[in-house]
Amino acid sequence: MSLQVTDLRVYYRTLAGDVKALDGATFSIADKEIMGLAGESGCGKSTLGNSLIRLDGRMKYIGGSVNLDGNELPIWDQTGMNEFRFKQVSVIPQYAMSAMNPTRKIGKMIGELVESRGISYEEIKSELDRRVDLVGLDEDVLNRYPMELSGGMKQRMVMVISTLLDPSLLIADEVTSALDVSTQRAVAETLVSFRDHGFVKSMIVITHDVSILYQTADTILIMYAGKLAEKAPTKTIIEKPLHPYTRMLISSLPEVGVRYETKKLVGIPGSPPSLLNPPTGCRFRARCPLAFAKCAEEPPFIKIANDHEVACWKATGSDA
Amino acid sequence: MLSLNRVSKFYKIGTFGGKELAAVRDVSFDVNRGEVVSLIGESGSGKTTIGKMVLKLIEISRGSITFDGTDVAGIKGGAVKSYYREVQGVFQDPFSSYNPIFKADRVFTMIRSEYYPEMSRSDWDAKVETALAGVSLEPDQVLNKYPHQLSGGQLQRLLVARALLLDLKFLVADEIISMLDASTRIDVLNLLAELKDRGMGILFITHDLSLGNYISQKTVILRRGVVVEMGATDKVFGNPTHPYTKVLISSVPQLHKKWAEVEAEIQAHGGDHDGVCLYHEAYPPTGQAGDGPGDRPAMVKVEDDHFVGCFDLGQGICKA
Ligand SMILES: Nc1ncnc2c1ncn2[C@@H]1O[C@H](COP(=O)(O)OP(=O)(O)O)[C@@H](O)[C@H]1O
Ligand SMILES: Nc1ncnc2c1ncn2[C@@H]1O[C@H](COP(=O)(O)OP(=O)(O)O)[C@@H](O)[C@H]1O
Ligand code: SF4
Ligand SMILES: [Mg+2]
Ligand SMILES: [Mg+2]
Repeated sequence: MSLQVTDLRVYYRTLAGDVKALDGATFSIADKEIMGLAGESGCGKSTLGNSLIRLDGRMKYIGGSVNLDGNELPIWDQTGMNEFRFKQVSVIPQYAMSAMNPTRKIGKMIGELVESRGISYEEIKSELDRRVDLVGLDEDVLNRYPMELSGGMKQRMVMVISTLLDPSLLIADEVTSALDVSTQRAVAETLVSFRDHGFVKSMIVITHDVSILYQTADTILIMYAGKLAEKAPTKTIIEKPLHPYTRMLISSLPEVGVRYETKKLVGIPGSPPSLLNPPTGCRFRARCPLAFAKCAEEPPFIKIANDHEVACWKATGSDA
Repeated sequence: MLSLNRVSKFYKIGTFGGKELAAVRDVSFDVNRGEVVSLIGESGSGKTTIGKMVLKLIEISRGSITFDGTDVAGIKGGAVKSYYREVQGVFQDPFSSYNPIFKADRVFTMIRSEYYPEMSRSDWDAKVETALAGVSLEPDQVLNKYPHQLSGGQLQRLLVARALLLDLKFLVADEIISMLDASTRIDVLNLLAELKDRGMGILFITHDLSLGNYISQKTVILRRGVVVEMGATDKVFGNPTHPYTKVLISSVPQLHKKWAEVEAEIQAHGGDHDGVCLYHEAYPPTGQAGDGPGDRPAMVKVEDDHFVGCFDLGQGICKA
């Protein structure tokens, strides 16, 4: 087992109160597993990804634990995490491309980054060159400034940098979202190849686009309103989902071949609840066509088959 | 109803406007009443430029656009207002169309003072209610609210409702779905399809092929300002013939087919009959690149309702 997250809770402090963005997540990721993380915007995907690596000033650790390869990660402790960040667990944040320092040549920036981790640039230079070449970039990119690179080139460069020290876990947050289709495909396939080459052991790929996950992920975890809804192998989530939210989400997606004239798709009525004062019981209750009395209690996220977990009273057969 | 006839747009660029950038070149297509035409291309291909020319927001450099037979460029003075009564646009980012310090329904009152200053309060309220019903919004959900109190989907639907307050015949929808979540995306798409069923003509601009495929009867594929393939949507998607269209279609992430499978299928038959490209069958290559009228190959009819202009003529990419 490479990652084990147990009952993790991380809230945002605001003047109006705590935003319960991640409210009790328990799941694990195996060696070599690429886990996709999907759900509507605002459901807590980035919060989950970021909390495994860096809690910013506004994030409040409430409870729970994160264990990576047998080591407890001190995620509530900024300095304590230094030892793990980038070496053991690395993130490609949402909007990473625009966050690259524009005044530094890319090679120089990488030098500073590895040196801050006590590794000399010379030591990693040949491996860096090899990986730059592997993602289809010219070695010369290291002598260029970030703004001289196209969106797709920048995104590939960010991927090379964040995995340079072979971290055990990589979190890729919406890395394909701002790209055109052909670039998107190249970037997604590069992610998979990094796992295949062993540059990272396992990966969390965050996206709101489930079809990208069908192409790249081994398993998919669906979140809803700060909670985990369902986790299963990719094929199961797409073809035989059990949680009503997953079902409605998958069946609302237009894909090539589906036309309005022949098959009219329907959306999910209503919108997700506020996480400032989330409803008690199942958070999907107000939008769920199957809701019944029991749903006033919170459904636990439990295993109902090998590799298949779900948080729904109906799906777990508790409606008798 | 809307007809583009060899439309080009050259932007002046450089310090003194001394250089020209050909953003759109020689584009011709029609949109009929009760028809959705999707204009598909990657970023920078000229989609928004075409939308803006239709909406008279920028000048047409060459060629002409006619609406119900009237030359759009020639509409001046008071006639412009009548044009906007019938032709409107909705753009990508719903938030940027609202001023956060005013209530969202101010976009309606502005239409009232501009177009219906004489109308009585009760007639106006009834008109607003009809328009809101047309986009499936409840008045008390959305009226009297500030933009931040509404979701992206609600704001986007309000903008469509605003357009409906006029005697709208034609809508330019420029990437209006991209900012929305999966579950509300399909509602806005279905809404456009219903407007089309009621006789509206819609130019649906998108970089997302699956959205275009779902909603449109006709598809225009744009590459670097030039139409490379167009025709009935099922033909363009079912039998992609231009190499660029093939790349686009094989890069779209699908939900039930892996990239490699789609690519294999397209290689196997998509447009190639016994190894001969449909375009080249009609237009045998002479070995010179850029063969055809001007510096671009002509659009050739490869089957009913399906036209292709091949850029790679003579460059050996297709097995001609
Ligand atoms: N800095 C912050 N302060 C307060 N609330 C926040 C902050 N960042 C995110 N949130 C809230 O936390 C919830 C989860 O956000 P996020 O993890 O970014 O979702 P996702 O990545 O799934 O779109 C949302 O309701 C969002 O509004
Ligand atoms: N006002 C402008 N001045 C100069 N160039 C422009 C202007 N607007 C767009 N362009 C250029 O024209 C091309 C087409 O842009 P656009 O129509 O916005 O494409 P799309 O909507 O397909 O992304 C791009 O190369 C863009 O940089
Ligand atoms: S627990 Fe109840 S409300 Fe929640 S998803 Fe299941 S059936 Fe619906
Ligand atoms: Mg996010
Ligand atoms: Mg555009």
